[in-house]
Amino acid sequence: MTLSQYIDYIILPILAISMLLVFIRLFKGPEVVDRVIALDLLITGGVGVIAAYSISTQEFVLLDVALILALIGFLGTISFAYYLEKRGKE
Amino acid sequence: MIFDIIIGLFSTIGALAILIASIGIMRMPDLFLRLSVTVKAATLGAGRLLFVAAMIYPQTSFTTKAIAILLFLVMTAPVSAHMISRAAYISGVELWKGTIRDDLEGMYDSETHTLKSEEENPDDTESQDIKKGDLL
Repeated sequence: MTLSQYIDYIILPILAISMLLVFIRLFKGPEVVDRVIALDLLITGGVGVIAAYSISTQEFVLLDVALILALIGFLGTISFAYYLEKRGKE
Repeated sequence: MIFDIIIGLFSTIGALAILIASIGIMRMPDLFLRLSVTVKAATLGAGRLLFVAAMIYPQTSFTTKAIAILLFLVMTAPVSAHMISRAAYISGVELWKGTIRDDLEGMYDSETHTLKSEEENPDDTESQDIKKGDLL
């Protein structure tokens, strides 16, 4: 079993299952804040998926996408936190 | 061959860390417990996968790019987790019903959202200690 096959058949399914569990929390989450941290975890996991896929297929150009995704995730969480704190208790 | 085994081991640990984070976000009863499980484990997992991606291909541009993403994730994950948990606490998210003590109770000013220091009201911590002793 080569490394590429190992990543395709074991690592990427594990990551897919974990993304599915995060999606359940994203739909279920009782508060808005739960959904925000689920989204943050989804983006962090997406960076991991892109890294694993680029190892498997040797296409390292995809790491640019991971960089942008990490940036967008950070800015999104920060702005969600800012506006949720401004909104206060409802 | 040995190099492939090391790469596979590292990426397995990374994928399992992300799996543990997602199980934690499903199973934990409270927002703050969920946050404390997920942020660390997911950053560890994505960081390990990026480290593998940096090691496997010996070309400088891709290695520096992967390490830059890793450093960015490690630097920004605690900041965003702290900000979102602070916003959640201020907006009044309920704690888990099994929580024993809440050190921040009454410490945030509801108007300005600034945090009081502990020396200004020592009575508060004493009463909380007594409450904790009663529970145990």
